[in-house]
Amino acid sequence: MANFTPLSAAIGGGLIGLSAVLLMLLTGRIAGISGIFGGLLNFRGDDRDWRIAFIAGLILAPLIAGWIGYAMPTPKLPASWTVIIGAGLLVGFGTRLGGGCTSGHGICGIARLSSRSIVATIIFMLAAIATVAVTRHVLGG
Amino acid sequence: MRVIASLVCGLVFGAGLLISGMVQPTKVLGFLDIFGAWDPSLAVVMAAALAVSVPGFMLANGRTRPLLATKSFWPTRHDIDRPLVVGSALFGVGWGLVGLCPGPALESLATLSPGIFVFVAAMAGGMALYDFWQNPQPKIRNEGVLADADG
Repeated sequence: MANFTPLSAAIGGGLIGLSAVLLMLLTGRIAGISGIFGGLLNFRGDDRDWRIAFIAGLILAPLIAGWIGYAMPTPKLPASWTVIIGAGLLVGFGTRLGGGCTSGHGICGIARLSSRSIVATIIFMLAAIATVAVTRHVLGG
Repeated sequence: MRVIASLVCGLVFGAGLLISGMVQPTKVLGFLDIFGAWDPSLAVVMAAALAVSVPGFMLANGRTRPLLATKSFWPTRHDIDRPLVVGSALFGVGWGLVGLCPGPALESLATLSPGIFVFVAAMAGGMALYDFWQNPQPKIRNEGVLADADG
């Protein structure tokens, strides 16, 4: 557990929870990123503005952090483009079929005590843990 | 006002992912790798987020309408169906392969990393594929597509 960072995790987690609560109290929307982003691909007219604004805020956060001296490191991704594209397709299709992702089901849904979201969160956690177990320890990647 | 509120919420959400380290795929994979050098940080992130959002959502649920909008999009479904189970499993596999879920993926566009752009494009492609599968005729596509979504 050498990489365990409980303090920053608690502060960051608290902010994520605060954002979800504020978005619901102010705009009546669930802070589910797959739903917010997915809606951009579908909807027309006045439903797009708040979605674009939320995602703009999400992207602005690391830029502002960079300006004040806390640059975000470039994410470390697998070398294989096939894996990156395959994973992206699975995340996109899966979150729409399942109705949500880590934020929509994992934070907002569990906070609403939704049985659907609790089941969804358990399933995607177990699937992800199994995938990492296979790629890192069975295939040895 | 609604747009400014959304922007601020996006900023706070982004700051949360950034400070907690959850924008880094290596940090997320460290949590998912329970058979390796396990990093429980993601569990603390979720616990802290829920410590704020559970009481917050109890407060929100009691309100008749949000402060800056005419109606609330509080999800109403309770059934556990096959799409929920299969979709969540597919998402989990994709998440485990790279360590990116939609929030950190979009936030990481700020780094201008080519791999992130490819991942986000593939993610949008997967979503578009779902939409096309559900409704091949875009003309009659409407708000109903996402009305049943939980998040």
